[in-house]
Amino acid sequence: MARIDVNHIRHSYLPNPQKDADFALKEVHHTFEDGGAYALLGPSGCGKTTLLNIISGLLHPSHGQLLFNGKDVTRLSTQERNIAQVFQFPVIYDTMTVYDNLAFPLRNRGVPEADVDRKVRETLDMIDLAELAKKKARGLTADQKQKISLGRGLVRSDVNAILFDEPLTVIDPHMKWVLRSQLKQLHRRFGYTMVYVTHDQTEALTFADRVVVMYDGEIVQIGTPAELFERPRHTFVGYFIGSPGMNVMPVAIDGKTATIGSQRIELPGVPKAGAGAIELGIRPEYVRLGRDGMSVKISKVEDVGRHKVVRANLEGREIAAVIGEDETVPAEPKVRFDPAGINIYADSWRVEMGA
Amino acid sequence: MEKTWNNKAWFMVLPVLLLVAFSAVIPLMTVVNYSVQDTFGNNVFFWNGSDWYTEILGSDRFWLSMVRNLIFSAIILVIEIPLGIFIALNMPKKGWGVPVCLVLMALPLLIPWNVVGTIWQVFGRIDIGLLGYTLSSLGIDYNYVNDPTDAWVTVILMDVWHWTSLVVLLCYAGLVSIPDAYYQAAKIDGASRWAIFRYIQLPKMNRVLLIAVLLRFMDSFMIYTEPFVVTGGGPGNSTTFMSIDLVKIAIGQFDLGPAAAMSIIYFLIVLLLSWVFYTVMTSVDAEH
Repeated sequence: MARIDVNHIRHSYLPNPQKDADFALKEVHHTFEDGGAYALLGPSGCGKTTLLNIISGLLHPSHGQLLFNGKDVTRLSTQERNIAQVFQFPVIYDTMTVYDNLAFPLRNRGVPEADVDRKVRETLDMIDLAELAKKKARGLTADQKQKISLGRGLVRSDVNAILFDEPLTVIDPHMKWVLRSQLKQLHRRFGYTMVYVTHDQTEALTFADRVVVMYDGEIVQIGTPAELFERPRHTFVGYFIGSPGMNVMPVAIDGKTATIGSQRIELPGVPKAGAGAIELGIRPEYVRLGRDGMSVKISKVEDVGRHKVVRANLEGREIAAVIGEDETVPAEPKVRFDPAGINIYADSWRVEMGA
Repeated sequence: MEKTWNNKAWFMVLPVLLLVAFSAVIPLMTVVNYSVQDTFGNNVFFWNGSDWYTEILGSDRFWLSMVRNLIFSAIILVIEIPLGIFIALNMPKKGWGVPVCLVLMALPLLIPWNVVGTIWQVFGRIDIGLLGYTLSSLGIDYNYVNDPTDAWVTVILMDVWHWTSLVVLLCYAGLVSIPDAYYQAAKIDGASRWAIFRYIQLPKMNRVLLIAVLLRFMDSFMIYTEPFVVTGGGPGNSTTFMSIDLVKIAIGQFDLGPAAAMSIIYFLIVLLLSWVFYTVMTSVDAEH
């Protein structure tokens, strides 16, 4: 297992990149701690798979350095880096048995057959496929095949990291949950460094200790699931995480007061905002619907099961509020913003608030 | 339970039945008809039983042409299949090279068979042919008109030139359908070039290879036009393959009875061998 330092890495798929927009990965500087479980979360095309392939060595970055435990591996090939990767679609060797699939990476490295047998049996137990050892891999279900892909990584005890590239895309919903919890268990028991790419926030938030949110070739925030929820550093994180996403509206700031249209909102502190477009962000969970506050017009109420989502119009802006399953919408609805949930953004980036 | 019988549905298949009858069954039955009858002229035929079959199966001439044909098919399969796989593996997977290679590969397949024969007939001539003239200028004793070995070499080279492309194109189609992730996974697993071929490329190609082997076997076992144009079955009978022999009997000697009997036997052999190939290759497939 290894600590992975991503040292000012930039990558472009163009032969001669000039401007920022030419880069698929603008500049990433981050350390994946040894034994950590990380999720790279972001929409399609944000550069998360590019970053993963740079770590695995399938891509070599245009600029910057990659260190495994302090050792520069930027120019090393995939084999020499000794990592494991699980792909979006299960990759298995059709003509081999499950056992031979797992033995393959060891045999390729000239490991003595007695050790191969011991390691393969251990791994089969870990991934719960022992009774299928003698079966041809081609006849298995998608989730079993994905476990074989994972097993081919686990079987090498010295792997530096295990990388996952949206591994649950083709798995049935109920099996997704099972596989995810098995992964978490493996992580807890054996302490692998795991990096997991996904665009599904549920997957990211349940799998990882720390979630790395990427947007447009950059890391916009790294944090625990709670941090991402409470204090999104960038309005994108606010939109992208949570369902529905954060309400973001342009405001004018004057000391401890924000103004939206004719309404005034008390802030928990004085934002240290400089110039630029100022916005106020508040999650629907912190919007209180009641009989006092700012008047709104309700456009729609969606019952999503455990709670209701209320879509309303505040000073010409669409906002969402979450209310309990048993609560009702008052006749003359008004909203208040809970100060604990208020974040202020300047040019999309969060600013701190002083006393 | 009372079952209602309604045979009107049979009328639905009648058109197909008629079509197949005219295109296949009736011509085949005419051949069957000839194969069990004899005539002394005037379009008067009489029953001859299995005599023609006995005669054909007892003649050295039939067995020799069949053995020649089997050896020919075996040789071209042994050359064309590995060569085709090799070329397909080395063809570019993207860029401007792809259409160039595909067109180059498809060219021989677009040339009419008797033109291919004529090309090689001229190509191999020692007086004016590029190949023949060059070889004899180099002091190599090459003459496909007199020497049976040279005739065989020429006919085999011609077939390889004409048909390896088919194997290449089929294999290439199989290869490009392999997702990149397989090669990436193989890199991560530290697989050698050979292991990638053996465990990723070959399994993914095996269906198209089955088709390639079947097509090449059937075609080469029924080969007629090209060797006929180049060697006319000679020198002697050395390149007289089954269909050349069949045409000699049927049209050259006008022995319709024996020719018909031979046609039927020939047809059954092709059918049987194709079935054997198919069964063997699909069962190997299932084992894996």
